[in-house]
Amino acid sequence: MDRIANFFASPAMKVVLLAFALIFPLIAGSEYQIYVMALAFIWAIAVYGLNIITGFCGQLNLAHGGFFAIGAYVVAILTVDHGWAFWPAFVASGVFSAVFGFLVGIVSLRLKEHYFAIFTLCVGFIIYLLLDKWEALTHGSLGIINIAPPEGFGLIDFTRTIPFYYLVLFFLVLAIVLVSRISSSLVGRTFLAIRISDDLAQSLGINLMRNKVLAFVLSTVYAGLAGGLYAGVVRFIGPAEAEVVHTFDIITYLLVGGIGTLMGPLVGTMMITWLTQAVQSFEEYRMIVFGPMLVLLVIFMPKGVVGTFLTWRGRRLASKAPAKEGQTRVGDSATSSKEARDNA
Amino acid sequence: MDAFLQQALNGLTLGSIYGLVALGLTLVYGILHVPNFAHGALYMVGAYISYYVMVDLGLNYWIAMLGAGLFVAVLSVLCERLVFHPLRHAPPIHDKIAAIGILLFLEAVVQMHWGSDFRRMPTPYTGILEFGGLVLPAQRLLIIVGAFSIMGALHLYLKKTMTGSTIIAMAQNREGAFLVGIDANRVAMMTFAIAGFLAAVGASLFAPINLVYPAMGHLVIMKAFVIIILGGMGSIPGAIVGGLIIGFAEALGGYYVSSTYKDLIAFVLLVVILSIKPTGLFTKGVR
Repeated sequence: MDRIANFFASPAMKVVLLAFALIFPLIAGSEYQIYVMALAFIWAIAVYGLNIITGFCGQLNLAHGGFFAIGAYVVAILTVDHGWAFWPAFVASGVFSAVFGFLVGIVSLRLKEHYFAIFTLCVGFIIYLLLDKWEALTHGSLGIINIAPPEGFGLIDFTRTIPFYYLVLFFLVLAIVLVSRISSSLVGRTFLAIRISDDLAQSLGINLMRNKVLAFVLSTVYAGLAGGLYAGVVRFIGPAEAEVVHTFDIITYLLVGGIGTLMGPLVGTMMITWLTQAVQSFEEYRMIVFGPMLVLLVIFMPKGVVGTFLTWRGRRLASKAPAKEGQTRVGDSATSSKEARDNA
Repeated sequence: MDAFLQQALNGLTLGSIYGLVALGLTLVYGILHVPNFAHGALYMVGAYISYYVMVDLGLNYWIAMLGAGLFVAVLSVLCERLVFHPLRHAPPIHDKIAAIGILLFLEAVVQMHWGSDFRRMPTPYTGILEFGGLVLPAQRLLIIVGAFSIMGALHLYLKKTMTGSTIIAMAQNREGAFLVGIDANRVAMMTFAIAGFLAAVGASLFAPINLVYPAMGHLVIMKAFVIIILGGMGSIPGAIVGGLIIGFAEALGGYYVSSTYKDLIAFVLLVVILSIKPTGLFTKGVR
């Protein structure tokens, strides 16, 4: 039992996961499964974004789906209406969501807790209404078709599923590495301090506004780039991408996996995606199960799968430690806490 | 001038519905400090129940409204007992997520049972009244009169009865209310029941001039949130005044500025006001 637990928490697990992701197209039963996995990776990138502002920094951002849609629309509008190639448009989707995120952030982050959540809910809705009604720019409720796929410069054809799968995987790994660097850095610690208490963080000399805006902009860039990739693979988007349901989907993924943990977003997204796929007919009514599941999770398992696992393992290690001598115990708990940090 | 008065009248209709929904929201916020995102779903369920009682069971409009009110009141109390009560000591982010969970669940259930198509609810009051050039459909008059009499009754209940005062007391000072022996559970359940009742009655009043569909609660609840931020979260007069402000702004803005973007007006107002004054218009301070 412990050995399995140790393995799951060890760095080797990441290699195993990566190796599995790399050979997945070879063992997948059909091209459709690879496509589903690629889409799940894209959503996972967006979930990592939400994890920065909500998981690390503690601010419930309900406009996240809106930023995802903005990223998708930037790519769509630039490639279809202005003849840009995919890659410059993709960069633009990141830049635009950063700028827009910054503007929203400096206004909304002056508000605390409930006010922030409600304000961002409204921002998300404004984004949806604009995408739906501003026909001259966004083609209105018809949506945009024939979005340019990522060009492979004659080497790779990204309109095919398998090359695109690896492209998305590359971005997902990049996203996870970046998040893990952030969470172990001083900036990540600062975010955690803000989550624990605004007042505490401020008394430590942390500039609340600057750090919250930084976390918010990071999260919107993640969402925007994920949206850009989404536009590149699906190649058709409509205002429905900005519907608040998608934000709630993202929150579900994050909460199931484990809010504020490093691997939680990935675990949650994979679990829910494949669970939904397992019962195809069920997708339209998934909320009948997801809704109560969200409620039960926050009541009984608020740390999600990964968070609960880490807590359980931490307790086990701690309960074993007193059996040893004082000296080793100190060293032991130091290494285990270091491990926990590495894997958290 | 006539056009202006006509739009003002429409604004009054909208504002009184928004006020009813926002009242429930603000009462719940005052007691539990939970922004109940599920309130819009309760509103939607209210509309469907009264549609069901009226169209499928063929009963009277008033019985339908009362039935919807009672049903949603019970549903609302259930939410409090099963979800918000166990979460009362949890970090604030949790009850928001739980409220979203309830919202998703109720919407999915309604969509599964009734489908996602738009329905039109009939009304027995189809007459049209005319006052010197002003046209007023009877249903709109009913909305205005109904909403304001309910608000009046609520005011009397909260101010003149003992049980009503316990709600006010707990909203004003939680610890103080405990000290004088007020039962927090009872007050919380009562508040949720009232909030649910108001939402369902608002929905039954508004449904005949609007449409009934699973997502009908989204816009209303978000506008109700805008209203209670404007009016101060937890403030009862604030909810009514805020409701009227948004109602008028929408009706007049929709007529004079742009009808395509009329749903945006409330949110733009919120963004502008909070950008200038992050504490809201009438609040003493953001908590």
